[in-house]
Amino acid sequence: MDIYSFLIQFLNGIQYGLLLFLVASGLTLIFGIMGIINLAHGSFYMIGAYMAFSLSALAGNLFIAIVVGIVLSIILGVFLEWALFSHLYKRDHLEQVLLTYGLILVFEELRSLIVGNDVHGVAVPAIFNWSIPLTQTLSYPVYRLFMSAVCIVLAVLLYLLIARTRIGMMIRAGASNREMVQSLGLNINLVYRLVFALGVALAAFAGMLAAPVSSVYPGMGTGVLIICFVVVVIGGIGSIWGALVASLLIGLADTFGKVLVPQAAGVTVYLLMAAILLWRPEGLFRRV
Amino acid sequence: MSDAILATRGLSRRFGGLMAVGDVALELHTGRLHAVLGPNGAGKTTLINLVSGDLPASAGSIHYKGEDITRYSPDRRSRIGIGRSYQKTNIFPGFTAFENCRLAAQSRAPRVLHVFADAAAYRPVCQAAERALDAAGLAARGDRVASTLSHGEQRQLEIAMVLATAPEVLLLDEPLAGMGAEEAQRMVALLKTLAREHAILLVEHDMDAVFAVADVITVMVNGQVLESGAPAQIRASPAVRRAYLGEDDRHEAGVTNAGAAGDAR
Amino acid sequence: MALLAALALLALFPFAGTTFYTELVTKVMILAIFALSLDVLVGYTGLVSFGHAAFYGVGAYALGLLAPKYEAANLWLTLPAALAFAALSALVVGAFVVRVKGIYFIMVTLAFAQMFYFVFHDTKFGRGSDGISMNFKPVAAIGGFTPFDLANATHVYYFVLAAMLLVFVFLRVLLNSAFGRALQGIRSNEHRMRSLGYPVYWYKLASFTLAGALAGLAGYLSALQFGFVNPELLSWHQSGNVLLMLILGGTGSLYGAVAGAFVFVALQEIFSSVTTHWQLLLGGTIILLVIFLPGGLASLGGLFKRTVVGDPDDE
Repeated sequence: MDIYSFLIQFLNGIQYGLLLFLVASGLTLIFGIMGIINLAHGSFYMIGAYMAFSLSALAGNLFIAIVVGIVLSIILGVFLEWALFSHLYKRDHLEQVLLTYGLILVFEELRSLIVGNDVHGVAVPAIFNWSIPLTQTLSYPVYRLFMSAVCIVLAVLLYLLIARTRIGMMIRAGASNREMVQSLGLNINLVYRLVFALGVALAAFAGMLAAPVSSVYPGMGTGVLIICFVVVVIGGIGSIWGALVASLLIGLADTFGKVLVPQAAGVTVYLLMAAILLWRPEGLFRRV
Repeated sequence: MSDAILATRGLSRRFGGLMAVGDVALELHTGRLHAVLGPNGAGKTTLINLVSGDLPASAGSIHYKGEDITRYSPDRRSRIGIGRSYQKTNIFPGFTAFENCRLAAQSRAPRVLHVFADAAAYRPVCQAAERALDAAGLAARGDRVASTLSHGEQRQLEIAMVLATAPEVLLLDEPLAGMGAEEAQRMVALLKTLAREHAILLVEHDMDAVFAVADVITVMVNGQVLESGAPAQIRASPAVRRAYLGEDDRHEAGVTNAGAAGDAR
Repeated sequence: MALLAALALLALFPFAGTTFYTELVTKVMILAIFALSLDVLVGYTGLVSFGHAAFYGVGAYALGLLAPKYEAANLWLTLPAALAFAALSALVVGAFVVRVKGIYFIMVTLAFAQMFYFVFHDTKFGRGSDGISMNFKPVAAIGGFTPFDLANATHVYYFVLAAMLLVFVFLRVLLNSAFGRALQGIRSNEHRMRSLGYPVYWYKLASFTLAGALAGLAGYLSALQFGFVNPELLSWHQSGNVLLMLILGGTGSLYGAVAGAFVFVALQEIFSSVTTHWQLLLGGTIILLVIFLPGGLASLGGLFKRTVVGDPDDE
């Protein structure tokens, strides 16, 4: 493969990895801080994508759709946490798995009822609808670069939030000792609600961002969820940094894997996971 | 006495920048009880964790009967004869006291392939369990579900479980924790009996108990060994008194301590 | 006593109902075997697997792939082969996944199951998303003698009933064996088991392999009954459904696993007769169940609750 093809695949891999990171960071945050495994997390990604489709059809503009979509997903996150997830904190894994599995079924059927089961496309916004030429025949879509840029900005903001703000401190404290935070008079329930809503919003936003590129189809929630699990296993649960490294690793492995060994298409990622399991079962970055 | 059955050399464990246990050398001999004392945070439980294998060492080595067991997993160490009890009661709460011990004893005769045989019908393991319960003073309580036992009884069960595995070395982490006076006395008597046939490493806070049973005492402070020797030597040592015993006047030989509040109880 | 009544009911059922219901109950019993196999992992050993459908699928596909195109396969050759393949798959996957616990375990089992799904869905080896149709049911012939006819729904019913009872009794006995008790010890306090000298990894691996083999049995029977296999047998919906059966019946109880299978299929039948979007009702039911009835239906009556040595045994 020549340098330009390599560059294209490399950029694709990074972009895919960064997108995965957005979704996976929500998953690992929710688990790391609230101890809840949320199988329905992939559904939020799907919901985001379908929102991008429906809302941009209504509003005629993807950006407005995204803004509205983010607001809606925050509301959804707060509602879900209040109605369902707050019951799960003291429960064991089996119950969490089952409840969130039930939630997936509900989301999938609701989507089927409301929007149907068709595959849809979402138009790339006009501003980004051009490509940077690399050679006479090859060029790279600017929208993908935009996607990567947005993900990087969000990653930095996430880091700043968790590591450098009071809220972030409360979040980290709540992760290690819920009762202590409560006895300090801080409203742990509010913190959890915010974290959950943040997780939902991140996943939904990722779906919205990805819609023009990956199109909008029924199975996208499941697909992204399982890959996110692999991200979290490889990166170590609760570690945002680990999620970033693992996402990029997987993004690149999957992209190059599909190009170099097309028959083994989906399997590359799992082989990577198996290898990590042999070498470092706790993940690459264990959150001590 | 014979050669040490278990010896550590330069045993250390660090957590990031913190040296929880630094360069500890100690020996255990069959028939002797070696107690480890020290204030909170001295590294006593970490030390036991290192010897039992619950925590891997950062440096140093552990030798058992001449073999280097530093890299052995906790279950392997148990199988070769090193048994451990926990400070925080670590039993099977849903099973009866008898089943707790039976399961412990079963580890010596796993009989994995006997899938059609009811394990409770296998006499040798059941008898070992009964003996262990009896030694720990729980013979009458075998049928009680472990979570319904009193705290003191659960501590007894904790010991019974280790005994059921017929170890040669006993690592006991605060067996007297939370016990009332009468229970503690019984436990001390048990320790004395056990010391005759086993090599014991005992971590304890209860100093009456320690001075009653120990043949050797090691005092640790901040992860390091401060001093090690016979009880009388430790009792008289000014360094030890300064670091630890100084807060508790009852064990001094009448000499007041320069810095302590002198609270005679 | 209630048990004997249920057993008698099952034994006599085909004479009472139509072929449709006979086949339905056969399907339920196959799922009961599937649920029992998962109970070994979840209820005994404390390992929540979200990828158990992989081994169910392997057992089914073993028949699908081994069955010749123009004649019937032999039951007594293909069934052991299916069990062997399922056990082998479980052994290989188990060697990886048993290294991790809790949440990680749930995630990696799901991930590995997806890998199996890919193999059957996207590769030539697995014949792709259309699945495999078998032209003939397996034949239970030894030498020239054929004790029963697997093309007959009633014979299949009794064959499956026998299999289910065999599995049930086997697991019941296993519960009391040294191995079974060690598994329960691991579920109760894995750390202490290790400290007592048990090589916990190998016990878990053995449990995982056994569970996989039994799931393969269920899968084989499913392929036998329907004469058709497709990749959806390995989907995570399948893995989720079997977990649901366990919680419906209450985990850690063999009766619960069987009861859960019955209730699940009943719910499925009821819901799908109400609407094509029956999964919505199923999902909603699951959610309500987890929130309000975490012990499963078993906690309703305390009927099925059972620990090995804590309480006196049921009859």
